[in-house]
Parts: sequence; structure tokens; C-alpha cells
Amino acid sequence: MTLQECYAAMGGSYDDAIARLRSEKLVQKFVLKFLNDGSYDLLCRSIEAQDYGEAFRAAHTIKGVCQNLSFNKLADSSARLTETLRDGWNESAGALVEEVKADYLVTAEAIRAFAGE
Amino acid sequence: MSKEQKILIVDDSEMNRAILADILGGEYEIIEAENGVEGVANIQKYGVEISLVLLDVVMPQMDGFGVLEMMHQHRWIEDIPVIMISSESGSAFVERAYEMGVSDFISRPFDALVVHRRVVNTILLYAKQKRLISMVAEQIYEKEQQSSLMIDILSHIVEFRNGESGLHVRHVHMLTELLLNRLVQMTDRYPLTHQDIALISTASALHDIGKISIDEAILNKPGRLTDAEFKIMKSHSRIGAEMLKGLADYQGEPLVRTAYEICRWHHERYDGRGYPDGLKGDEIPISAQIVAIADVYDALTSERVYKSAYSHETAIRMILNGECGAFNPLVLDCLTEVSPHIQEEMLREAPMRANEQEMSNLTREMMQSEDLAISARTLQLLEREREKYTFFAAMSQEIQFEYNISPPMLTLSPWGAERLGMSELIMDPANDPQVMKLLGRKVWEEVVELLHHAAPEDPVIQYDLKLRIGGDLRWHRVVARAMWSPDEPREYQGAIGKAIDIHDSRLRLEDLERAATHDAMTGLLNHASARKLIVDRLDGEKHNYALVIFDLDHFKDANDTYGHMFGDEVLKLMADKLRQSVRGTDIAARVGGDEFLLFIRYLDDATPIITRIFGALIGQYEEFTISVSMGVSTTQSVSRDYDDLFRAADQALYAVKRSGRGQFRFYDESMSQMLSVISPIDREEDSADTQPETATTDNKE
Repeated sequence: MTLQECYAAMGGSYDDAIARLRSEKLVQKFVLKFLNDGSYDLLCRSIEAQDYGEAFRAAHTIKGVCQNLSFNKLADSSARLTETLRDGWNESAGALVEEVKADYLVTAEAIRAFAGE
Repeated sequence: MSKEQKILIVDDSEMNRAILADILGGEYEIIEAENGVEGVANIQKYGVEISLVLLDVVMPQMDGFGVLEMMHQHRWIEDIPVIMISSESGSAFVERAYEMGVSDFISRPFDALVVHRRVVNTILLYAKQKRLISMVAEQIYEKEQQSSLMIDILSHIVEFRNGESGLHVRHVHMLTELLLNRLVQMTDRYPLTHQDIALISTASALHDIGKISIDEAILNKPGRLTDAEFKIMKSHSRIGAEMLKGLADYQGEPLVRTAYEICRWHHERYDGRGYPDGLKGDEIPISAQIVAIADVYDALTSERVYKSAYSHETAIRMILNGECGAFNPLVLDCLTEVSPHIQEEMLREAPMRANEQEMSNLTREMMQSEDLAISARTLQLLEREREKYTFFAAMSQEIQFEYNISPPMLTLSPWGAERLGMSELIMDPANDPQVMKLLGRKVWEEVVELLHHAAPEDPVIQYDLKLRIGGDLRWHRVVARAMWSPDEPREYQGAIGKAIDIHDSRLRLEDLERAATHDAMTGLLNHASARKLIVDRLDGEKHNYALVIFDLDHFKDANDTYGHMFGDEVLKLMADKLRQSVRGTDIAARVGGDEFLLFIRYLDDATPIITRIFGALIGQYEEFTISVSMGVSTTQSVSRDYDDLFRAADQALYAVKRSGRGQFRFYDESMSQMLSVISPIDREEDSADTQPETATTDNKE
């Protein structure tokens, strides 16, 4: 799988990422690094522990990173989760958490597939 | 671009830091911090070595705005530019960031090229501005220094010739400034800025330069001037003005123009009856009006060859009554208002005062305008203040500190930090192991509580505690002042204060206290302090008490036979025995010579206790047989009055002596007419080595 295919598989925009970070090498480096970032774990753990302040910060970080790497699908769902969690927990948050989890798994799988080659 | 320049990246996401570091790492040294607290600690550590801060907003522990706030409080924001990076992009958000002094705001997702370009630009801009500021400041400062030096020299020459004290110029300067500052508060008729006021005050020093051309015989003539002489004297104002006019190259200089006004017209009067031009009312420039009244006041209150000094009150009265010519009623009001402060101002150290005044004025003006020149000057003054502060803090050998509640943080002066072996900046001190080890939670909480509950009107607290210095615990006195926000409602924000080492003086005090209440040889209480304690107990709970007085039999013989050194040993031994045989709550004292006093609490019958103590006291010391005579009185049989108890025990002791010594007896009625061995009153005057077994008592036996 190429980096372009990896972006396509996760619903991101390869072209935007290259335009922004100016180098394929750099984009590739951070795409691979994404799997090591602890924010997703932190999000899952703080949701479980009902620490919504921490969950907000974790979602916020995921959103920021994804925006910069143009992981658009995950950036979008995590942005919506961030806004919901800004004022604490409510009913719609549960569904959004599930959406973020699903998007993250797709993204992570795509990256793994790319890294595997 | 040199790689020595440091960029601090404060962001909680490692990914984000890594991306930024990658974009900038080629040219700059990157320092990373993963939350606001770490960021602040790094700024504290590196100071202006940091060329730029890239700051995230949403972070745990302390967010980006918290960091900005700290940067304001410590004035770092003036020297270190900040670029904020966030995916928060609400306009209120961005606006707040700019208001708090960020140089730029970059929203996510960002473009690597944009970040790079903005970072480079901001750093260049700051460097340029800093250079510019220091250049301008240097010039202004140098110029001001030189001109005030020249003015000082010049006015001293004039004063020297006039035979004046040398203080006249300083007084006129001070008074001019005082009056003008008051004047602009009272009315807006004369639109004077602080700079105008400073200029007029400086120029006031030159008011009498024309006198340089007046004959000394006239200047220093002790008696009244003749009309002809007075005419010459009066010419000094015109001459001074002409001298200034002669400075052709400097006519544009505000200082020269103002000095001209003052020289020429400081003898004009409001009603037009002054000289040289007979100007009237506000035809006379306000500068000259003010210097005129300052000049008159100082002339009146100073001694001159032709007159003695008037008091402040007399001088003010004379001016207000028009005895020195007519003045602007507004200026007279000013004089009346500042009158109570004049003398105190005159006594102050002149150079300090000028500095402080200048500082506060310039700072105020700076708030109103963003003039680069003034801000540079102010910055320099502030910088000097900071240097002064650091110097004095280091010299004072005190542990100085600053405590913030939000974000919680404790800052120590460098000397204090070194003394305590702690870091200068401690975040979240309530949970900091260093702080807890130093103070313990209880002390920390008590001090914080005290500060929190100090009222704004009475914000200073004091607290004595032990601090570990090196390996030793030493007593310190913490004096601190709680700080509130300046605007209503006033919010408690923290405190500033210092801890002074009072260990030695405290120990000395304890020694002194001990020396005052205890007998030096035996370490027992002395009579006076025992009496005080006993009176307190008698007044307190209604227990039964026995008061015991005893002395050593034949102690005088022991002294005579074996010497005073031996006698002293015996007394010390008795004191030890006493200490061992009484309970902690009992009171034991040496009331003089070989005479001791005991005050004991008992339940129903004192006899068993007294018997036990009596038995413990007697014995042998080397060749000397220790035997005691003891008189006892009790609250049950006598009264609860100290003097009654003492007298009764004394009489009982006398009874023992009459019946052959070596025993104890309780007081009873039959003894009431007996003579006493000692009386409480005589006792006070006894010196320590007078023996109670006086010749009289011995002879009576």
C-alpha cells in the first residue's frame, strides 16, 4: 500500500497533507508516528473513568493532530466530540465516542497496512 | 541564523511538538514542555535566552492563558515573544490571546511554511525592537544625566556666591514639583503633563543665575539695601533671562525656554506690581508663578545675612496675607493644601525622592501613551529597580518569597532558595515534597489560612516556625503580606513576604527569661517568680496546698569550716534532692541563702508527703551531716493568701528552731505570736549569701 492509498483508505487527504507539511518524507514520518501517540488511549481511559475534563483534552489533541495530518474523517468526528465534551457529558456524547472509536480503528488499520509493506 | 537561539514549544501532544520541532529544528534549538507548568518553569530557567515561545492553548495543569498570565506577572512577555497555536479559532478566543500580548496566532491545521516564516519574522522583529529601545534609551538617559549635572553645577555656583546654604535650589525644585503636581489635580486651567512638570522643576534651579553678575557687596549685605542697591539687585531677573537668550543655538530647547520664563518673571506678582515687566495675572507664565512662590517660601524659612529664619507656619501665613506680594489665588490654594507635607518632603533624601517620583510619573504617563522613547526610559528605570531589588534581596540575608494561589506557585529569592537548598520556582507548593518536608503540612496550612483570612486593611501576618537549614532546625519569623486584586471585588491572590532567621535572638531571649526567673546557682526558681506562680495557683482551682519553708541546720558552720565552694556544693545537692522528691506540678524555689521553699498540692492530709520529702532531704555530704529545719503551713489551717501562708510557715520554722532543729512542724495557733526567722518583706532585700540563721535567732535559743 502506498501513502496515497493509505490516506484514501482512512478517508483523509494526501494532497492537503503534502501541501501543508511540504514534504512526503515528513508526512510519512508523522503518519507512522500516529500509532504511538497516547491520546487515543487516554481518551478511552478517561471516558471509562468518567473524567470528562481529561477526555475533552484528549479529543482536542486528536482533533489537532488529525487536522494537521489531514486525517479528515477522524478529524471531523473528534472535532464534534470535542465540542460536545467542552461542556461536560451529555446523551449525544456516547454515540460520538463510538464514532471516533470506529474512525480511529479504520485509520489505525490503514496505517498498519501501509507500515506493513 | 545561529542555532544558539532557543524556541520553547509548549504543547501537551508529543505529536504536535514533534511536528513543530521538525519544521524549526534545523535552525533553532528546541526546548519542549508538555504542559503550562513545565513551560513556565522553562521560561524561568532560561529567561531571555528563549527567543520565542510557541504555545498551545488546551493543556492539563496550566493552559496557555495561564502561561500568558504568568508571563505578564513576571514581565517576561515584554522580552519574549509568544506565538499561540491552536485549533480553537473562535474570534473571542483569538482576541483574548492578542489582548494578553501574543505576537501572533496560528490556527490549526497549519502550514509548515507559514509557521516557519512567522517564527523567523517575529524573532527578527523583536531583536530589532530591542536594539532600538536600548539605543534610544541610552541617548535619552545620557542627555538627561548630563544636563542635570550641568544645571547642578551652575546653580551651585550661584548659590555659593549668594552665601546660601546650597539647599535653596533643591528646596525650590522640590516645592515647585509639589505645587505643580497639586495644581494639575485641582484644575485643568494649566494643561501640564508630567514631563512639563519635570521640565519646570529642573529649570527652577536656574531662577537666580542672573545674580552671578551682581556685586557681592550687594548680594551679601547684612543690612537693608539702599534704593540704588535694590535697583541693581532687581536687575538679576532680566540679566538671567538675557544670559539664556544669548544661547543662540539652543533657543528651541524646551529647557532653555522654560528657564527663560522663570528667570525673567519669577519676581512678577499677580497684581502687576512685581518686576521687571510688571506682568499681571496669567500674563505671567505658570512656571514663573510657581517658582516665585517656592522661592519666597524658602527665602522666608531660611536664614540669610539680613534676616533670621521664620517658622513654616509664619512663612505660610505671611504669604497668604499678601505680605510678600500678590499671588494667583489658585496657587495660594495649592500652597495651603500642600502646606502640611512641605517640611516632611524637605527632610527627605533628595536623590531618592527624585527617582521615585520620576519613576511613578513616567510609569503613569506610559500607561497613557505608547511612546517608544518613554517606554525605553521606563524600562530602563524598571530594570534598575529590579537590579536594586535583586541586590538588596541578596544582601539582606533573608529568605524572600512570593506566593500565588492561581496558578499555585511559590517563588523564592535566589539567596533564599540557596539557603533552603530548594529551587527558586516551585509549582503547586501544597503538593510539593520539598515544601512539605521543609514545613510540614500543618504549618503550611496554618500559614496559608492566616494569609487567606487577613483583611485587606490589615494584610500583614507574622508566624514563627522552624526551618531546616543545612542539617539544623532554626527558628524563623515569617512576615508576609497578603495580596489582593486591585479592582473590586477584591480577590485574594497570594502573598509576598520573608522569613528572617531569629534563632539566635530567640535562644538569647529564652536564656534571659530563664535567668530572670531562676536562681543561677541551683537552677531552681527564684523567690519572686515562685511567688507569682503560687499566687496564680491559689487564685485558681480550690485544691489543698501546703507551703513549706526549710533551711539547712548549721550551714554557716559548714561554710566556715569547709569553705564557700563546699557550701555551694551542698546547696546544689539540696536542689537536686528537691527536684527528685517533688512532683512536676509542685513548685520548688530557693528563696535566699540556704533557705528553700516548696509549694505542694495534697488531698486530705499533708503529713505523709511532708514526711517523705523531709526524709529524702536529710543525709550526709562528705563530712557534713545534712539536717533541715522545716516549717509548714496549709491552706486548710491558715488561708489562701500567699503572705499569710508564708508568715505561718516562717513562724512554724521558728518554732522548730527553738525546739532544737532537725525536724518539721505544721503551723498552729500557738505559734501566732512567735517571732519569725525571716519575714517576707525582709526577705526581698536579702542578698543570696546572707545566712538566715542570723545572730539574733541563734542568741534567742
